[in-house]
Formats: sequence, structure tokens, C-alpha cells
Amino acid sequence: MASSYNLTHLKQLEAEAIHVMREVAAQFERPALLFSGGKDSIVLVRLAQKAFYPGKIPFPLVHVDTEHNFPETIVFRDHLANKVGAQLIVRSVQDSINRGTAQEEKGLNPSRNGLQTITLLETIEEFKFDACFGGARRDEEKARAKERFFSHRTEFGEWDPKNQRPELWNLYNGRKSVGEHFRVFPISNWTEMDVWQYIAAEQLEIPTIYFTHQREVVNRNGALLAKSDYITLIGNEKYEMQTVRFRTVGDMTCTGAVLSDAATLEEVIEEVAGARSTERGTRADDKRSEAAMEDRKKQGYF
Amino acid sequence: MSEINNIDTKTYLDMDLLRFTTAGSVDDGKSTLIGRLLYDSKSIFQDQLDAIEEASQRKGKEYVDLSLLTDGLRAEREQGITIDVAYRYFATPKRKFIVADTPGHIQYTRNMVTGASTANLTIILVDARHGVIEQTMRHSFIASLLQIKHVVVCINKMDLVDYSEEVFNKIKADYEAFSSKLDIPDIQFIPISALNGDNVVDKSENMDWYKGASLLYTLENVHIASDLNYVDARFPVQYVIRPHSTEYHDYRGYAGRVEGGVFKVGDEVVVHPSGFTSKIKSIDTITGPLEEAFPPMSVSITLENDIDISRGDMLSKPLNQPQTSQDIELMICWLNEKKLNPSAKYYIKHTTKEARCMVKDVRYKVDINTLHKLEDQKEIGLNDIARILIRTTTPLYFDSYKRNRATGSVILIDEFTNETVAAGMII
Ligand SMILES: Nc1nc2c(ncn2[C@@H]2O[C@H](COP(=O)(O)OP(=O)(O)O)[C@@H](O)[C@H]2O)c(=O)[nH]1
Repeated sequence: MASSYNLTHLKQLEAEAIHVMREVAAQFERPALLFSGGKDSIVLVRLAQKAFYPGKIPFPLVHVDTEHNFPETIVFRDHLANKVGAQLIVRSVQDSINRGTAQEEKGLNPSRNGLQTITLLETIEEFKFDACFGGARRDEEKARAKERFFSHRTEFGEWDPKNQRPELWNLYNGRKSVGEHFRVFPISNWTEMDVWQYIAAEQLEIPTIYFTHQREVVNRNGALLAKSDYITLIGNEKYEMQTVRFRTVGDMTCTGAVLSDAATLEEVIEEVAGARSTERGTRADDKRSEAAMEDRKKQGYF
Repeated sequence: MSEINNIDTKTYLDMDLLRFTTAGSVDDGKSTLIGRLLYDSKSIFQDQLDAIEEASQRKGKEYVDLSLLTDGLRAEREQGITIDVAYRYFATPKRKFIVADTPGHIQYTRNMVTGASTANLTIILVDARHGVIEQTMRHSFIASLLQIKHVVVCINKMDLVDYSEEVFNKIKADYEAFSSKLDIPDIQFIPISALNGDNVVDKSENMDWYKGASLLYTLENVHIASDLNYVDARFPVQYVIRPHSTEYHDYRGYAGRVEGGVFKVGDEVVVHPSGFTSKIKSIDTITGPLEEAFPPMSVSITLENDIDISRGDMLSKPLNQPQTSQDIELMICWLNEKKLNPSAKYYIKHTTKEARCMVKDVRYKVDINTLHKLEDQKEIGLNDIARILIRTTTPLYFDSYKRNRATGSVILIDEFTNETVAAGMII
């Protein structure tokens, strides 16, 4: 009898993620879903729809816009929020810079990833969010392998690796003192492949930059960066037209393209399966140091 | 082994899931073993491999140190030890694996309990040169306490004992002598060399005398489908869905996760604590209604009658109801630096219910090396395992942990720091 009642691994991961989302909706007063327009947050939105069906998603989607995004991502973001009938809140890094709470990096391809932290914490403060869903996965990077589903943050948004609560069974402890909040990662246990296979199985829409297209790119230290107003060419660097796609949708300044002909989800999956480098390997900002991720996380990036 | 990289979507969607932990004392080769599994299952990407090759060279090692793959936070890197539970992922065409990598230090019972709480299986590493030691027993006891049904004892570093069958047999016999006192239904023994890969993925040519399967084959084929409870129907209500839309005007969906048994449309159910009964009208999902739901599905259930049900309530069947009481006997593992305070109150979380409780009695503390019950020891601190009696502010609806891990487990939370201070298993 038991064997016919067997959930496949992806169904188990889905059930786990839905369970986590419902815990958050029940345990917190003002949750929000951090939406980047990337594939992981697209999966989160789908899971949220499933978790509360036939009700609407009972929390807003929040986008911290660096204004260095691919235009395709922004178009997609607005389209998806509209389609699922969710409230969309957008806050911009540029506003933090204008307020003087954030300062633009100097250099050739200034990254706004670090500044995103500041704007995010300001947004959390503004709306008094007490739990923010993120699409981070433990398989992405070493520092994340120990992350909890419910990740406790201090009043300053900081993460203390030494002071995380043990998580047992599926009992999630969301108790907190005034001012503290949580980041919650429902797809912690998913791998990149799981995410792609889920997108294919659920037939989810994703931004066009994930698929092959012609684009002018410059090769900088092995990373193919898209032509944009935010990049200054140096020396004998030049833009070249290439057939590329992106594996993540970060900022144009630091998200490297890969040469690819993958035009359909099936082809993307095939490519992911044979991939020789992790998806974060195409992001210039991670390479800065082995412990870069951990440092940014301590400041509240995730 | 066929590679995960060549599998098609259909196969991928059919894979099932095995969660396991690894336990062993420092230097038994846990990190090397996990590194090897990740490496041989092609779950390591080129850039990760480049990074550890570079780091290995920097540290002056003559071979690629696979253990660096699973090394987490910086503080740990600096101290060269693993100090928390880290999760790793790999897959073969048969299964996806989630590994809770837990460190072996004496002071980290807490981490092993945490990792074990969600595991189907535990790998216990034994250094072939040292044999069964105190920590082996401790780890096995925790596996049994947490009701892990499958234990694989990997006798590692066989290359350092000339791949000797005698050494293997001696360790196996020693282990069996003490594990007979434990409650572990399925124990297997595999002689391996994590460093060289013997019997990890493929059968080793160095150990003809070993007739069993390789570790990976064992992990791929261990039968876990019947580990969940499909008998006692239990549905803790997590969240009530009320859309307040014209289309779903009076809709009330009880959202939650099936934690035991099978619920079918038309089944009669009883609601705890109210005791009202009703019938299941529908089991709804965004992609259409279901006829039945079983563990560990997350679903939304509607009932024929309009009764008042909220988070923390539980649905079961009239002829098979959970136990209920305010006085509950628990085995606990204490997880916090701050000792158990017998005069304090704690929050208690059980399924989706939260209450408060106080500790009425510490029955005994367990010496986890000898398994003796220390009845005169009442002080419970970090990493201690003890049996206690608690009294809750409201009755809980529960099963014994042995019968159902989900409805038999609790956590205790400090009222002031909000930290999770104990993991409890209902007796
Ligand atoms: N000869 C030999 N050495 C091993 C084997 N497995 C691990 N080691 C070595 O034992 C040491 C400790 O291994 P490590 O994986 O870091 O142990 P951990 O502390 O349990 O994670 C390292 O120097 C490994 O290279 C093995 O099968 N044979």
C-alpha cells in the first residue's frame, strides 16, 4: 500500500516549500516576498500561489531595483505581478544614493549589489516587514549550505553565523523581539536543476534573457558583460555581437553571459545538466573573495 | 554508474528523495567521503573544483583535498573544523540526496540531533584503525533516539589496514554487540576508503571478500517508502484560507500538511480539540481537485459543515484519534548554553500548535556513552539527553514519536531569548 503513496523528490520539495510559506503567513504579521525577476523568485511566486489558492497571495512582492537591471527583467516583473494579482512594491537604490544613505562604488563596473542591502533594510524599516521570503538555495554557495529556512536577523539586519537557531523536524521558530526580523528561504533544499525542472513541469514564464539571443558583449576577465550605459570600456576592450543567454538575472554590470544556442526550456535544461561551472560562477561579484558571500550576508544582503 | 547529467526530464521528475546524515568523530573522513560522493556523482562544477585545487595547493597538499568542498564558514575554515550542520545535494538517476553534514565533536550532539531530525538514514563512520569508540556509540544512540530506521556503518580507511577482512569483521562484531540494545531496524556494514574511493561508488577490487553493495548503491536502493506513517490520519491545520472574493464567498480551506494516514474526499473526520465531526468535501489545489492526500503533501481541505476551526487544530478520523493530555513524557536533547531551568516556563511548539509548558520533573539524564540512566542527575545543560515530564497550558493532540515523527515531536523555546532550547520526542 505504501509504495503507491510515494511523492517524487520534486513534489516533496514543493510540499516543503508550501509548508514553509504557510508557516510564515501564520506566524508573522507583515511578510513580504523579495522578488528579483530571476528564476528562483519566479518559482517562489508560483509556490505562493499554490500555498494560498484559491485565495490571493497574502503578502506583497518587493523589488529592490538597482536600476542597473536588464530592461527585460523589469518588463517581466510588472507583467507577472499583474498576472498573479499581487501587490508590487518597488524601491530603488538610486533613491538611497540620493538620500545619501548609500554611495556609488568607484571603478570600472561599479556594482550596486552591495548597495542593495542598504535599500532593502530601508524598505524593511519603511513597511515594518517582519519576514522576507528569498529565493536563495543552499546549493548555490558554500556560505549558504548552513543557512536555515527561518534565518534570524538582528535589528540591524545582520546575520550572525554563530547564533542561528537549530531547526528540527518541520517546526519553525519565528519568535522574535521588537525590531528583529527573519529571512525565510522556502526553496533552501532545491538545486539549480530542481528549479529548472520545476519551471518546465509547471510551464512557468521566465524573462527572455534566459534564452539565446544576439547581444553586444565585452569580455572582461573571462566574464561576458552586456553592453550598457553602466560599463566603461578600457584599453582595447570592445563590444562584439555574440549569441548568448544569461544564467541569472543580476545587474548588467556584473552578470556574465554565456555563449549559448538554448532557445527552449528543454535546451536550457540540457545545458544546465552539462554545465561546467556553477551559476554564480558567472557573477563577477562573487569572485572578489572566497568569503565574499559570507561577508555580504553578514551585512544583510540575503 | 550512469551520470545524472544525461538524464531526461521524465526520469528526473520520477526520482525520489533520500535525506541522510553523516556522523563520525573528527578525522574519521566524513568530509572526504561527502566530497567523494559529490565528486563521483558529478555534482561538483568545474569552478568549484578549480577553487579547491587551488586551495589544496596553497595549503601544500599533494592531492586534491575533497574535504575542502564541504568546508563552510570562514571561522570554521580558520579553525579547520566543521561546527554546524551544513546541507549538501547530489543526485543519481534514481534518487536525489540531501546530506546533513554534522560534525563529530563531543560538544555537538545538538547538531547531530538537528541533522537527524529530518533524515531517513545515517552513515556512521568508523576509522578502521581505531574500531568502535565511544563516539560511535553516542552517534548510534542518537540515531536510534531520533528513530532513524536505516544505519550504514562505513568502516573507513581500509587502505590503512591492508583491506583486511579480519579487521572489518572484528569491528562489525563489536558494533553489533552494543547496537543490539538500540532500536535500529536496519543496519548495514560497508568497508570503504573514502580517500581512494573503494566501495564508495563502485565495488572495490581491493576487497574481494566483501560481498555486499557499494555505499552509493546502498543509498540508491534502501527501501524508504514505508518509513512514513500511512495508517493514522493526522492533519494539523496550519492556516485558514478565506479568499473573501465573490467567486469564493463562503470558502474556508484548511491548509496544512498531511502528517499521517490518508485523507479521501467523503471521509468522515473529527476535529480536535472541539470534537465536532464532518466530512471532507474537497481537497483543492491550483491545478484541480484531488481525490486523496497523504504524507508529506501540503494541501487545502474543505469540509461539508461550517465549523469553527483555526490554526493549531487537528483533523483525524473518528476510529483512530491521537492521544491527548497536558502531562507529557518526553525524551529531550538540550540545545542551548543556558541550562534547563526547572522553575521557568517555556513555549512549546507541537505540529502547528503553540502553548506554554513547565517542567514538572527530570526523570533521568542519559549517559550517552554507556546508555546508563542517571536518576540522581537533574541538571540539564547543552548536549544533554534526558527524560522529562512537562505540563502544558492546553492539551496537546499527539502520538508517540516512535509511531509518528511529525505528531510526536516538539521544540521548547526560551521565553526571554526566543531561542530554540530543546528538541523533544514524546514517549
Ligand atoms: N588513508 C586514508 N586517509 C583518509 C581516508 N579518508 C579520509 N582520510 C584522511 O583523513 C583525514 C581526515 O579526513 P576528513 O575528511 O577531513 O575527516 P572529518 O574530520 O571526518 O571530516 C584527512 O587527512 C583525509 O585525507 C581514507 O579512506 N584513507
